[in-house]
Amino acid sequence: MNNMIKNIRSTRLMLPIILLALSFMTSGCDTDDQQTVTTFTNLILSEEFDTDGAPNPAVWGFDIGTGENGWGNQELQYYTNRTENVKVENGVLLITAREESFEGSAFTSARLLTKDLFEEEFGRFEARIRLPYGRGIWPAFWMLGADIDENPWPGAGEIDIMEYRGQEPTVLVGSVHGPGYSAGEAISKEYTLEKDRFDTGFHIFGIEWGPNYINFYVDDVLYNQITPEDVTGEWVFDKPFYILMNLAVGGTFVGPPNAETEFPQTMLVDYVRVYKK
Amino acid sequence: MKNRIYNNIHFVLVLSLSIAVFYSCERDFSEDVQFATFNNSGEIFIDAPVGLGSDFYFPFINSKATAFSVDDEVAFESESSMRFDVPNANDPEGSFAGAIFRIEGAGRDLTGFDALTFYAKASQGVTIAEFGFGQDFGENKFQVTRTNVTLSTNWVKYIIPIPDPSKLFEERGMLWYSAGTTETNGFGYTFWLDDVRFENLGNIAQSRPAILNGADVTQEGFLGVPVELTGLTQTFNTGSGENVTVVAKPSYYTFESSNTDVAVVNELGVVSVIGTGEATIDASIANVAAAGSLTLDVTRAFDFAPTPPQRDLADVISIFSEAYPNVAVDYYNGFFIPDGQTTQGGAPPLDLNGDLVINYTDLNFVAIGFFNEVPSVNATEMDTLHIDIKVNEAIDPGDFIRLQLANSVGNNETSGAYTINGDALTTDQWVSFDIPLSDFAGLTDRSQLGLLFFITDASITDIFVDNIYFYR
Repeated sequence: MNNMIKNIRSTRLMLPIILLALSFMTSGCDTDDQQTVTTFTNLILSEEFDTDGAPNPAVWGFDIGTGENGWGNQELQYYTNRTENVKVENGVLLITAREESFEGSAFTSARLLTKDLFEEEFGRFEARIRLPYGRGIWPAFWMLGADIDENPWPGAGEIDIMEYRGQEPTVLVGSVHGPGYSAGEAISKEYTLEKDRFDTGFHIFGIEWGPNYINFYVDDVLYNQITPEDVTGEWVFDKPFYILMNLAVGGTFVGPPNAETEFPQTMLVDYVRVYKK
Repeated sequence: MKNRIYNNIHFVLVLSLSIAVFYSCERDFSEDVQFATFNNSGEIFIDAPVGLGSDFYFPFINSKATAFSVDDEVAFESESSMRFDVPNANDPEGSFAGAIFRIEGAGRDLTGFDALTFYAKASQGVTIAEFGFGQDFGENKFQVTRTNVTLSTNWVKYIIPIPDPSKLFEERGMLWYSAGTTETNGFGYTFWLDDVRFENLGNIAQSRPAILNGADVTQEGFLGVPVELTGLTQTFNTGSGENVTVVAKPSYYTFESSNTDVAVVNELGVVSVIGTGEATIDASIANVAAAGSLTLDVTRAFDFAPTPPQRDLADVISIFSEAYPNVAVDYYNGFFIPDGQTTQGGAPPLDLNGDLVINYTDLNFVAIGFFNEVPSVNATEMDTLHIDIKVNEAIDPGDFIRLQLANSVGNNETSGAYTINGDALTTDQWVSFDIPLSDFAGLTDRSQLGLLFFITDASITDIFVDNIYFYR
């Protein structure tokens, strides 16, 4: 036993030394070779979902119903704010899609948004989420331009920090939509996890967004940067946006669920945090 | 299992020895203290068989023993592949291809992997009946089967998930397959496997084990009559989002009985019924609860029907018995399509430790059919119908069971009936009937018998039936 403890101790001692050595090496490198995942550290919103019940009403509102044409995407769910579909429990926000006949829809789920409650221009927006799975399951953590009522989609702009198809449990999709590059023409990039998947553990999905750039990251990997040069239309991201989180069922992005899709499916959100520079 | 226990004991012994040494002279642990482990390589065939020994291919009985070869012409990103020539159905050397690949000597430690994977293609699009691992021609305790695997003419990677890798600390059955020609009109074809290995994919998840195919079954259990759990599957969602279901052996499961004074389950999935009362059997794999359960309601020992006497096989045509070879039967719970099924039970018959018994419940009208996809029965040479019936309820005046035989069903059909009156039956006791076929009034021809009806008009609703045969 003694020996074992000794070993662990020595390992612990070794680690900082290695880190120290590494940091020396890092500073010795040309900084252009270094990929910096995030740089904004001034925390301005910290939704940790530590209080059981409904999510904090000072930050989160709800979209209710089916919108127009399934929120524009032929989605199949009816959004509610019932605890069956959305609640905070044991330190996480649970957004649950259920198969049940409700107000003419075959599924229920929830969509939270910070419209008129929390709207920001630029920042680092991230959430730690464990995703659901199964064909036809479509969770998202995303943003819309706060001027959407005056400036309809896609003119208002949309930043999809995380979209995911339940039938592709290893693939994350990050996108922007704007005038001339929306829906199927969105500027988009996929990131595939190796030897892991998004529905078995929590992962951090984020963007770091400033004037004329949006960096997309997952966990400690920066996998995309979108700038005005990348979009095939006007850059509409230098203005305030609000946050949305939802779990859709069916719709054009994923197609309908099938007999193999297990219900209920739950998206677990550990936190949503926003940092400014 | 034996081996592991042995090793554990070994470990404990060494451990206590080491502790003793430690305390006696303050020495550190010996570096030799560790579990005995087996080869943990996952590779089975890359460019050649890997570490299988020289004697590793064991064909199934009646399969073509030479079906497997190493092909140096066809391969997936390498020099050679495993080639399987599935014979024509009429090949005198064997009507199908099938074998196990078993390591010669000690098995592998596969606990670090989550799936058997391989690339495969075939000379034509074809469905291979079975691929798997864990079959060793011994206990086959950890056998896994993926059924109906569709191969195309291009190399595609296939995944056979391990239901619970922690069980496979010493496994000899690396790969097995069985391929026939029922879908190719009896004509043979070739398929190839390459890069066959156990692999840690890391993206197999959402384990969904099941027993009894996910159904919650409640049935009567009988003292001393074991019940074997069937319909054991494990389903995983793979990295590509596909649900892959494999058939798993009971030893992958942990079974739990809600009442161990009534029923206990062993690692082979056999439920022993040891007391009266109710017990529910649940299962799990690696702490994930399985869908499906078996609830046994035990009130008594099973009282089997009298064993029929030995007869010359030429003197008997058996529909349902263990005493004689039975003819093929279409179904045990037949009903008229427009009316739909009302009588329950019989499909399939109860399997009481290998002794099959029909239990009809909600009985009002039901038929055993043997004419549709099987030959009808020519009982011209027979003169008597034997049947054993036990009524599981009180018998009231006016109750009856009418037996009806139909000949040449649907085509100049004739039939005759014989009614057993209630006073000839006894509650909870087997009664044997030997009914002259001439007593089935109206049955003028019995050369193409196809249906035996049980008609009670719900006067009697719960019966056991056994030993149905014609004889002379």
